[in-house]
Amino acid sequence: MDLDKFKVHGEPLIYGAMISIALATIGILVGLTYFKKWGYLWREWLTTVDHKKIGIMYILAALLMLFRGGVDAMMMRLQTAAPEMKFLDAQHYNEVFTTHGLIMILFMAMPFIIGLMNVIIPLQIGARDVAFPRLNAVSFWLFFMGAMLLNISFVIGGSPDAGWSAYFPLASLEFSPTVGNNYYSLALQISGIGTLITGVNFIVTILKMRAPGMTLMKMPMFTWSVLITNVIIVFAFPVLTVALAMMMFDRLFGSQFFTMANGGMDMLWANLFWVWGHPEVYIVILPAFGIYSEIIATFSKKNLYGYTSMVFSMLIISLLSFLVWAHHFYTMGQGAMVNSFFSITTMAIAVPTGVKIFNWLFTLRKGRITFTTPMLYTLAFIPIFTIGGVTGVMLAMASADYQYHNTMFLVAHFHYVLIPGAVFAVIAGFHYWFPKVFGFRLNERLGKHAFWWIIISFNVTFFPLFFLGLMGMTRRMYTYSEESGFGPLNMLSFVGAVGLAIGFVILVYNIYWSTRYMPRDTTNDPWDGRTLEWATHSPIPLYNFAIVPKVETRDALWSAKHENIPLYTDTKYTKIHMPSNTGKPFILGVVFFFLGFFLVFSMWIPAIVSGIGILVVLAFMSFDKDQGYYIPVEEIAATEKKLMRGETV
Amino acid sequence: MKKKGPLYALFLSLILLLPGCSSIAVLNPKGPSARTLSDTILLSILVMLGVLAVVYILYIFVLVKYRAKKSNEGYIPEHEEGNKVLEAIWIIIPIIIVAFLSVVTVKTTNEVENVAADYQDQTPLVIYASSSNWKWHFSYPEEGIETVNYVNMPVHRAVEFRMYSFGTITSLWIPQLAGQKYAMSDMLTTLHLSADTEGSYIGKNANFSGKGFAHMEFEALVLSNKGYEDWVKEVKETAPKLTEEEFKGLLATDYLGRKTYSSTHLEFSPPPGDHGEHMSGGGKEMDMDNGNQEHQDNKEIHPSPEPSSGTEFDSEPHPDVDQPLPSSPVDESTHEGH
Repeated sequence: MDLDKFKVHGEPLIYGAMISIALATIGILVGLTYFKKWGYLWREWLTTVDHKKIGIMYILAALLMLFRGGVDAMMMRLQTAAPEMKFLDAQHYNEVFTTHGLIMILFMAMPFIIGLMNVIIPLQIGARDVAFPRLNAVSFWLFFMGAMLLNISFVIGGSPDAGWSAYFPLASLEFSPTVGNNYYSLALQISGIGTLITGVNFIVTILKMRAPGMTLMKMPMFTWSVLITNVIIVFAFPVLTVALAMMMFDRLFGSQFFTMANGGMDMLWANLFWVWGHPEVYIVILPAFGIYSEIIATFSKKNLYGYTSMVFSMLIISLLSFLVWAHHFYTMGQGAMVNSFFSITTMAIAVPTGVKIFNWLFTLRKGRITFTTPMLYTLAFIPIFTIGGVTGVMLAMASADYQYHNTMFLVAHFHYVLIPGAVFAVIAGFHYWFPKVFGFRLNERLGKHAFWWIIISFNVTFFPLFFLGLMGMTRRMYTYSEESGFGPLNMLSFVGAVGLAIGFVILVYNIYWSTRYMPRDTTNDPWDGRTLEWATHSPIPLYNFAIVPKVETRDALWSAKHENIPLYTDTKYTKIHMPSNTGKPFILGVVFFFLGFFLVFSMWIPAIVSGIGILVVLAFMSFDKDQGYYIPVEEIAATEKKLMRGETV
Repeated sequence: MKKKGPLYALFLSLILLLPGCSSIAVLNPKGPSARTLSDTILLSILVMLGVLAVVYILYIFVLVKYRAKKSNEGYIPEHEEGNKVLEAIWIIIPIIIVAFLSVVTVKTTNEVENVAADYQDQTPLVIYASSSNWKWHFSYPEEGIETVNYVNMPVHRAVEFRMYSFGTITSLWIPQLAGQKYAMSDMLTTLHLSADTEGSYIGKNANFSGKGFAHMEFEALVLSNKGYEDWVKEVKETAPKLTEEEFKGLLATDYLGRKTYSSTHLEFSPPPGDHGEHMSGGGKEMDMDNGNQEHQDNKEIHPSPEPSSGTEFDSEPHPDVDQPLPSSPVDESTHEGH
């Protein structure tokens, strides 16, 4: 065996990363042993099937990835801060921007959103768990192991370097001979399977497990957005699965789907990638629309304006998201006719999106607006996202796109869409739902500090990129000459990036500070919320609701508080069925990780062994006779009594 | 202070941006195609500023008027379901805007996909542009010459680039003359452009293509008609022939400076697709289905060049052309393998 291919040489940065990964791993292992937490970790987290804990693990992983992707971003902005910088070489820069894109979209934005929906959706629809709790654990561990597989690529063998879109033939063995793009195909495949399972799980959960009385048109907007998102996932992810499998065959087994010769078609990859990739951006943005809708209604003390048109606008966006993929390669020479068609469908998305913006503005109108931290992010989203939206319409014009395509203008546009559209949303949702999960709020003063750092720095970082694009600076350039004149604006952008980093550090410090010092909230409803998740205790008991609530209006809790429509008509507790914890999903994830790793390095025998291992674990899961258990009435009564007094269980 | 923070930042960034305005290549077009695009972009910016203004005014209005303050303490807003008329307004007006922009898009896309209106009576000058690794090869079948990493063309002349690639997907872009288009290994794409002003413009590959991508720039030099003819003549007289062996050598090299040859690679290494019409005899047989018979006539005016006797053309008109590109990408090759 050739040990050389595991090595990544030459860069002090990579050695630094290796050492810090090793130290962190050792630190975690030693810490767990010293504090005797192995048992706790296994019982409470690794084997859990509780949607709330799985959600928390998703969010923790996403926060970690936010910092990994953020460090990538800082390295890129530093490398391009001035002409002829010598911080990164071309190869390293290519790896950094590739992993930045992959991590931020697939291992930060999506899991953060899936984490929030894991925690909140069952609560919002008055359910005790998701439809398939063990499958939910499988989803998480597959996502997590996929993410870890991509992350180790930086120090073992080398990261993918052909861009997050991995266009062929650049990503083929011929032009990317390192194992980097093997990691790409396998890490994405493993976590993608997890996402697809999540999609199925949540569609069933939302359609089948709503509280009595909650018709589809009485669902909270976040639940609606998640339902539509999961339908998109179920339609889009199989395309990714197939495309990645073909990529893997091309790279590992010498098939010729996307090669230059022997009938391969390089643009077939681009088509498959974007047939998944464009809906993907709506997968991360639609739930954000849901989160913002909840927050705007709560903090302006009004019901959501134009609920029906909000729902229909999301449905139309989800349909259109599958009809626009070719706008990612207007410049492929597909002719004016095809480009015109995709131009029009793309611009059409602006209409339902505009509907949402105006509905939010009219929700605020005649309200009583309080500027809490989650509300600030929501309010900042509106003007910033609108810039992203209108530049999106500009890009959608095929002719004009011949000038923007692949330039920094595009980079500016999608950061103006994705950061307010997804990142601000998950931060807002995080601040908003934090007290529900942990029983105390995050500090508002620190929260606002972080907010202003992030908002101002965001604009300083990305606004100059619009101009750089129009000046002719293409994306993914690791260096440029002095004469190009790109220097000053790139420096400004770097300054902004530093500010963004400071903002995120304050945000994390806030979590630490609040955990230690914030007073515990005993009301269960600190924001005067409108929907069901605020009707149960904080922190949430294992079974979510001791008595299943009955729903008669859209804002069920609000109606209960202000219109005397009672939530609970039953008064007696009954025993509650719960699923048992299981270690099998975790083990399955680990085996998948090894399968991926061995395939990356074409180590066939261990790969086959791992493959058989997967079948074995699946067989064990299929024949599992564990039907779960019941929580007896006395235990529920005791827990409820404690929680009513404000104690934690 | 909190309210002024973002405004101040915006103001500061505008001040810093202003000096850069003269160098905005895309909005400083030098030919009809790029001018169409520039006008389209400016028009769309104006429309979009209108949209932004409506949203921003409404946004500021509601935030100022309906924020929580002492005077409205205890006020519980009424339930408000929505309003069909208002919602219809913000559906219909965007549809009108999108329809308008769609018309503009379809019209301008067709315009730039074809020869510009003022040049339609001309036969375009065909230049095959192909990429390999991190360099560009320009073949002039009509003249029977080939250049590497620079392209010369006459002013006021319709030019038709036919692009393809010997490797990864690249995108040929001369921002001041035309929008970009991909060059791929398995098909030929066409880009029409023409220049109104003589001058030297930056051309580049706009699609990420690996390690040397950042250095994949070339000069697009627009000469007077006389200047162009003189240049062609000079090339034919002084530049060496491009042999198959030499061409293979070029393809195998990662980075090159400028090169000039008095024959093209199209004969022995034809472009992809059914466009093999330039394979034989330096472009004697022309693209009949394109109606470009005049190429043949031109061909007769410029008879095939005599084989030149190995003059080192490169070093004559441009003393520094064989130097590596600025920011010496050659250093890069030492980092190979990780």
